[in-house]
Amino acid sequence: MSTSSDIKPELRTVAQAPSSVRGTRLTLQAATLGRRDAPVLADVDLDIARGEILTVVGPSGCGKSTLLRTLASLLPPLAGEIDQDGHPLAGPSAERALIFQEDALLPWRTLRANVELPLAIGRVPRSERRVQAEEWLARVGLADHARQLPHRVSGGQRQRAQLARALAGRPRAVLMDEPFGALDAQTRAGMQDLLVEVLRGTGATVVFVTHDVDEALFLGDRVALLGAGRLLAVRDIPRPRDRTALDDPARVALRRDVLTSLGT
Amino acid sequence: MSRPAPRAGRYRRPLPPIGRYALRVAALAAALGLWQVLTSLDVDLWLRFSQFPTVTDVAHAFADRVSGADYWTDLTDSLTRIVTGFLLAAVLGVAGGVLVARSRLAEDLLGPLLEVVRPIPAIALVPVAILLFPSNEEGIVFITFTAAFFPVLVSTRHSVRALTPVWEEAVLTMGGGRWRILGSVVLPGALPGIFGGLSVGIGVSWICVISAEMISGQYGVGYRTWQDYTIVNYPGVFVGMVTIGVLGWLTSTTVELLGRRLTRWLPRTSYVPGARPTPSRTLAPARPAPAAVRTEQPSGTEEARDEHLV
Ligand SMILES: Nc1ncnc2c1ncn2[C@@H]1O[C@H](COP(=O)(O)OP(=O)(O)OP(=O)(O)O)[C@@H](O)[C@H]1O
Ligand SMILES: [Mg+2]
Repeated sequence: MSTSSDIKPELRTVAQAPSSVRGTRLTLQAATLGRRDAPVLADVDLDIARGEILTVVGPSGCGKSTLLRTLASLLPPLAGEIDQDGHPLAGPSAERALIFQEDALLPWRTLRANVELPLAIGRVPRSERRVQAEEWLARVGLADHARQLPHRVSGGQRQRAQLARALAGRPRAVLMDEPFGALDAQTRAGMQDLLVEVLRGTGATVVFVTHDVDEALFLGDRVALLGAGRLLAVRDIPRPRDRTALDDPARVALRRDVLTSLGT
Repeated sequence: MSRPAPRAGRYRRPLPPIGRYALRVAALAAALGLWQVLTSLDVDLWLRFSQFPTVTDVAHAFADRVSGADYWTDLTDSLTRIVTGFLLAAVLGVAGGVLVARSRLAEDLLGPLLEVVRPIPAIALVPVAILLFPSNEEGIVFITFTAAFFPVLVSTRHSVRALTPVWEEAVLTMGGGRWRILGSVVLPGALPGIFGGLSVGIGVSWICVISAEMISGQYGVGYRTWQDYTIVNYPGVFVGMVTIGVLGWLTSTTVELLGRRLTRWLPRTSYVPGARPTPSRTLAPARPAPAAVRTEQPSGTEEARDEHLV
C-alpha cells in the first residue's frame, strides 16, 4: 500500500491531462458476489487504494472473473456494498475499464478503430482520436498493425490491442482478467514490463487477475488470494516490479505462503 | 509483415481464372442449345416441346419488345415497385427485428401479432391490399414489402440474439450507452445475419411483385407476361420470363455484393476444399518476383475464391 504514494508523484510529471488521470479507491464491504442463486464469493472485505496495483490469484473457477465483472458493474453484488471513492457503484462506466479474459475486440473494426472507440464515446474529436489511438498502439508495439482486423493478428497482439483500448479511455481503474494468460514465458515477461511501463504515469488503480503466482508477485503492490468461495488473504508484496527481488527472502517466503494457501 | 499492413481490409479481389468464367458461359450456352434443339425438332416424349417457342423465336420477340417503349415502362414500373417495397422492408424489418430481440416489451407487444401474420403468404394479402389502399400501385408495393419484411425481421432477430455478449459488455465498460451499443455493436455484429435475410427477402419480393402485377397490375413485367398469355403469345411470355430472371439475378447480386462488401471483416478459413497446388507459379524462377509480393498472393486468392462462387 505504501507504494501507492510512490506512484502518485509520477503522475504529476505526465504532460497529458494530469487532472483527468487519477486512481480511484474501490471498497468492497461484506460483499457477496456471483450470479443470482449462485453466489461464488461470500463476505468479501477488500479496500483497494488509489493508484495501487492489486493482483488476484486463485484456482480456476474460484471467482476471479466474477470479482472483476462485479467491480466493472457488469454484475450487481448479491449482498453487501461496493463503493468507488465512497460512493456506491452506479452501473458500468468508462472510469473502470475491463480487459476481458476472452477476446473482446470488435472483429469488424481494425485495431486502430477499436482503440478509437472509447475515445469516440468520450467525445474526443475525430482527428484527435486518430492521433491518440495511433499513439497507444505504438506504445504497445502495434504501430505496424494499426489497420489490421483483429482476426488477422496473433493472440498476443490482440491482447496488447485490448490493453491499448482499455488505457486509451484514460480510466481511473483498470481491471485486467488474465491478460497474458495465453502467452509463453518470454513474451509474458515482455508484456509485464510493457504493462509496468505503460501504467507508469497513468496513476490508475489496477486490479490484475492471474493464475501465475510469480506474475502476481512481480506486478502487484499487494496480492489477494481467492479460494473456497472466500477471499482468503491480502498480502503486501515486498519490492514490487523489481526483477532483482526474486530471491529476496521476504519475497521467497511470501511465494511459499501463497503457493501453500492455493494448494489447500 | 509490414508491407501488407496498409492494405488490410481493403485488398483488391483478383478475378477468378478466365477458365471459370468460360465454364459459366458454356453452361448457360449449353442450356440454351438444348432448348433450341428440343423445340426446333418438336420433340414430344411425354414432355411436349412442339408448342414451345424456340430460342430464336424468343430472341426475335425480345428484339421487338426492347425497341418499343412499353417494355421499358414495364421494366421501370416493376423495378420501382420492388425497390420501394424492398427498401421499406429492409428498414422496418431490421428495426423490428432489433426491437423484438432487445426489448421484452416490444417482444410481448409485437411478437404474437408478427407470428400470426407471418404464415400468411404475401400474395394472399391481395384482397387486403385492395381494401386498404386507394390504388393498385400502393397495394403492389405493400405486398412486395410484406414478402421481404418477415425474412428480414426473423433473421435480424436471430442474429441480434446470437451476438457475443462480451462485445456489448466491452462497450458498456467504455461508458457507451444504448445508442452507442446499437450503432457500434448490434447493427454491425448482426449484419451477416441481416444480409442473409435480405438475400432471401429480395427473392420472395420478386415472386410477389410479379404475382401481384399478374393479378392486379397496370403495366409491369408480370402484368405484360400475363397479358401475353391471355392472347396466346408464347414468345412474349418467354420474353417476360427472361426479363424477370435477369432482373431478379441483377437485384439479388446487388444485395449479395453489398453484403460481401459490408461483412468483409468476417474471419475466413484458409482451407480450400479440393485446392490443388499450382506448381507452375512457384517453380518459375525466371520471373523476378519480390518475396513480399509472392507471399501476398495466396492470401488474396484464398479470400477471393469463395466470393465468386455465387
Ligand atoms: N455465465 C455464467 N453463468 C453462471 N455461472 C457462471 C458463469 N460464469 C461463471 N460462472 C460460475 O462462477 C464461478 C466462478 O467463475 P469465474 O469465471 O469467476 O472463475 P475464474 O476464477 O475467473 O476462473 P478462471 O481462472 O478459469 O477464469 C464458476 O464456478 C462458474 O461455474
Ligand atoms: Mg476467469
